[in-house]
Amino acid sequence: AAMEVPLSHGLASRAAALATGYLCYRRGSPGRGLALRSLRRARREDIDDVGHKYYLELELEDVLDKDNTVNCTAEVLYHLGNKNTAPNVQFTLEGELKNTDEADNIFYNRIKSLEKELVAENIPDSHGNVPPEMEPIRLLAWVASGYVIWQNSTENTKFQLAQIKYVKQVKRSDEYLEFDYMILLHDMVSQEIIPWQMTVLWHPQHGVQVTQDSRQPKHA
Amino acid sequence: DQVFHIVPETFQQVQHLQHLCSTLPLDLWKPQLPEDIRTGEDLHIRVPAPLVQEVKDSLDHHMISYKVVIPDVQKLVDESMPKERSSDRQVPEGYIYTQYHPMEEIYQWMAQIKKNNSELVTQHYLGKTIENREMYYLQISQPSDKTKKIIWMDCGIHAREWISPAFCQWFVKEILQNYKSDPKISRFLQNLDLYVLPVLNIDGYIYSWEKDRLWRKNRSPHMNGTCYGTDLNRNFNSSWGSIGVSYNCSSETFCGSGPESEPETRAVAHFIERKKSDILCYLTIHSYGQYILTPYGSTTKPPSNSEELMHVAEKAAAALTGKYGTSYKVGSTSLILYSNSGSSRDWAHMIGIPFSYTFELRDNGTHGFVLPVDQIQPTCEETM
Repeated sequence: AAMEVPLSHGLASRAAALATGYLCYRRGSPGRGLALRSLRRARREDIDDVGHKYYLELELEDVLDKDNTVNCTAEVLYHLGNKNTAPNVQFTLEGELKNTDEADNIFYNRIKSLEKELVAENIPDSHGNVPPEMEPIRLLAWVASGYVIWQNSTENTKFQLAQIKYVKQVKRSDEYLEFDYMILLHDMVSQEIIPWQMTVLWHPQHGVQVTQDSRQPKHA
Repeated sequence: DQVFHIVPETFQQVQHLQHLCSTLPLDLWKPQLPEDIRTGEDLHIRVPAPLVQEVKDSLDHHMISYKVVIPDVQKLVDESMPKERSSDRQVPEGYIYTQYHPMEEIYQWMAQIKKNNSELVTQHYLGKTIENREMYYLQISQPSDKTKKIIWMDCGIHAREWISPAFCQWFVKEILQNYKSDPKISRFLQNLDLYVLPVLNIDGYIYSWEKDRLWRKNRSPHMNGTCYGTDLNRNFNSSWGSIGVSYNCSSETFCGSGPESEPETRAVAHFIERKKSDILCYLTIHSYGQYILTPYGSTTKPPSNSEELMHVAEKAAAALTGKYGTSYKVGSTSLILYSNSGSSRDWAHMIGIPFSYTFELRDNGTHGFVLPVDQIQPTCEETM
């Protein structure tokens, strides 16, 4: 049987953060990043020999247009014991997300037509600034980090993307765009900053894919 | 100047509007170009004051319906500008509170504030940091013959939380600019003294400006200088080292070699200990997360005055939300966030300070520690 979890409880907010990361990965693009606006309801079920399952009702907002929100229900299953299996996440969106085809295509064509591979670092900068032309690069990292967050979350972690240390475009002969990112993840629970490398593939019609990722050592 | 809202109904209307735009110096806000004017789509246009009547006549003549959505543009502009204070001498000329400032500038700011407001503000030495920098707090105190209770607020115990020192500076500015004109603030100062420490972890703050934006701890060397930093908010003598800490220097929550092992911790703790019978409220400002946290982090057992603590915190959160709709969660650290020991807020409550709170300011994680400068003002205003 599922029991109500107080909305302010740490466990509820961690599950919500995980669900949001996963959702963002599945539905995001360089023109659309999703963030958690509020957690409306949380219940938890302890399933013997399986794990802990959270039933969540979330309100998400579009990172670029805060007034654009969408409601969603999600189920998060943290597997018992096995730390090598990513949690299971399922969601249902109530309503439609804003169409970003135009913005996505503009960005796609812009990058495709660059003569030199794009390279950038420290996004945002120390003061929180992101140059407008870098916003899609930042959102792409935000979306891709959702994958890393999903794959590595437990009931004792709460990850957020803190900053992009650097990004390097990798030229491809096919239609995909490829970027090699070094990001910094912040875990609210341990307060650690974890460098993470990820290789991200994207095409307007094919969504975002993380083809390779690896946790990096903290430098001294 | 006025702003009109028009939705053209026919192609003739579109043509006429385009004609007006090309023959008169009108300011098209939406769409950006006359050639993008379309039937059925919103048009917003600013009409300079001398042309208002002519444009209205022309629209009427062509049976184009319109609505004046802004009847006085200048008035709106004036209202949205930060108010010019004639009493600018109370605040350093041109100090920009909506930007982040490096430590050097904060030291200069403190000196200026003290100089310009000497009837109310004094600066006091607390101690030295591990790298030998001087720690000062500002005392805002209205001369009076009665002894007043104290509200203590410190910012910047964690280096990367830049919005925190920004808030302390804003707070001081707001009090000093408004204590004569704002009855709430002036009544406040009649009964209470404010002690503000703008940056507690000075060495760490400087390090986050110069070397590593996401640094958290202080800069004390360990293991022969191969590892740096103690988490000052795990270093206080409140169930020190028991939970939610690491004994490993390389961790962000390294609690130090013992309670109050760090000079910064000692500087603050010794002062507060001395004054504790007069301190009514201890506030420590952090980011991010949007929380007002009550004791304790080291145990889920509620503090003795838990009801009152929660009641006050909930009122504060409601007032905060009332400003810009930002929602804050209220509760004890051990339930809302995680367990931790050695926090300054727990220690303050344990030695007898009744109201002890940690504020975690904006945001919710979208920007996290690297909060953009355009959020400094709304964050500070709502927290005020």
